[in-house]
Amino acid sequence: MSLYARLTGWIVLLFGLGYFFIPLLGLTEFSLKARRGVYSLDAYAKIIGDTEFQATFSYSVVMALVTIAFGILIVVPTAFWVRLKMPWARPYVEFLTLLPLVIPAIVIVFGYIRLYNTSSWLPLTGTVTGTNLLLAFGYTVLALPYMYRAVDTGLRTIDVATLTEAAQSLGAGWATILTRVILPNVLPAVLSGAFLTFAIVIGEFTLAALLDRPAFGPYLQRIGANKPYEPFALSVIAFAITWACMGLIQLVTRFSKHMKAES
Amino acid sequence: MPYLEIARLEKSFGANRVVTDFNLGVEQGEFISLLGPSGCGKTTVLRMVAGFERPSSGAIRIGSEDVVGKRPNQRNIGMVFQAYALFPNLTVAENVGFGLKIKGARRDEITARVAEMLALIGLPDLGARYPFQLSGGQQQRVALARALAPKPRVLLLDEPLSALDAKVRVSLRNEIRAIQRDLGITTIFVTHDQEEALSISDRIVVMNAGIADQVGTPFEIYNRPTTRFVANFVGQLNLFKADDAGRIGGVAVGQGDFAARPEAVHLGREAESDIVLPATVEEVHFLGSVIRVTAAAAGARIALDTFNRPDMPPPAVGSAVELSLSSRDLIPLK
Repeated sequence: MSLYARLTGWIVLLFGLGYFFIPLLGLTEFSLKARRGVYSLDAYAKIIGDTEFQATFSYSVVMALVTIAFGILIVVPTAFWVRLKMPWARPYVEFLTLLPLVIPAIVIVFGYIRLYNTSSWLPLTGTVTGTNLLLAFGYTVLALPYMYRAVDTGLRTIDVATLTEAAQSLGAGWATILTRVILPNVLPAVLSGAFLTFAIVIGEFTLAALLDRPAFGPYLQRIGANKPYEPFALSVIAFAITWACMGLIQLVTRFSKHMKAES
Repeated sequence: MPYLEIARLEKSFGANRVVTDFNLGVEQGEFISLLGPSGCGKTTVLRMVAGFERPSSGAIRIGSEDVVGKRPNQRNIGMVFQAYALFPNLTVAENVGFGLKIKGARRDEITARVAEMLALIGLPDLGARYPFQLSGGQQQRVALARALAPKPRVLLLDEPLSALDAKVRVSLRNEIRAIQRDLGITTIFVTHDQEEALSISDRIVVMNAGIADQVGTPFEIYNRPTTRFVANFVGQLNLFKADDAGRIGGVAVGQGDFAARPEAVHLGREAESDIVLPATVEEVHFLGSVIRVTAAAAGARIALDTFNRPDMPPPAVGSAVELSLSSRDLIPLK
């Protein structure tokens, strides 16, 4: 490689890194300036000590876990069945799972409110539990493209048909096959889908705001509109959470001991 | 009455009929091979016995119980696959114990049975390993142990040796046969490799285009093939056409086509041979203990095998020789 090409490579890399990190550094630096003249963690302390932060964040974490559970329950059996028995349906299912990427969340939530309002046949918005459930369903739809793709990719790495038949010949029924054979073998894929879901749910604003649930997204927006330093601290925290999720995906993939044969 | 009985079994995928009027009775403890080229329906028959395919019509009875309506997990049939199909997330011991765990066996029972099975396949110390840490031959032995652990009524082997290299294939096939004899388990073995089928089976079913062409012992299949397909598919064959008067080399044999195995044709005149044909040597392959000669005679290419003798060098290519064979060794072809 010529010196010129190598130099260009470095310049492009440095430009890319700068493009990503300089705003982040600015953000972090500003979030530390809550006390006049010195750097301090005051903004972080204020945020973490805020009961509303604790409440909304815990609410969103619980919602994320529920969403992940829904996602796994819906996506793993579906992707498994499509691979095993209905390979012709794969393009259609893939198309369906991609729809949430092109239909804005606001359209989904207005649809929900229209379909499930208090005067409808299934008045889910009439109760707190019903609305929470509706929110979890909405989140599941939003996370569907990521969850399905992750699980489907995981299924591609194992011989689903033969493993299923082997388990059947050993006396296993469908529930056993799914829980003891298929799920453990696509666990890294399921977990990466789960972490993506987690990241989406934690930052989601539209669904939570319009269904009027006390989630982290609307809190983020409220703080951003009313406080000087705290929103920046909050952004840094949100970034840290997302990155932690990404890091966990990497860790899980690396430490799944029986998967080494595939790599 | 046979232990495993397959009667008038048929299978079509849409308009494509892959198994036609398949009948077979397997005695308890018998080792049967389904032999045929790819696409002949042998694997489909096996999959119908296992329950992975539903027959279009016909019956499959195990110990006089019709199993056609039963799901694969209710049949208590062990199966070994070409691709091993070990569960990658479980250790060798957990793989072998999987079927017992499903059956709800006690933990100490499972441990004991797993140890017994691992000893049977000669891998007593590998219980804690994961499948990816084993060679292909070891994985297939574990798959065999896993299939045998829950004491199945019938063992099905779907080309279990195809993915292995030649040396392992021979040793493992002998091992499979020894274990099968030891346990006395009724076994159906699917293969496209005639040598494999001939060497380990009690009986062979030669399949062609969804039909069982011939059922018989390896000796019968090889020496008395009843159809042209079987004669051609199993072993090498020389084809002879009788002349209009029904004679080959001046000896009356009857009308039609005949075949003879390479080892039935001799170089030079043999005392017991009544047919003598003048020939020209075209190829000579020295294989060590055996010399394979190909010669042109009576308008056909004839292959013959002769044992190596240090005092008799093989004939030169292009030399004129005489070939002889006994009319009793001719196989009439249908």
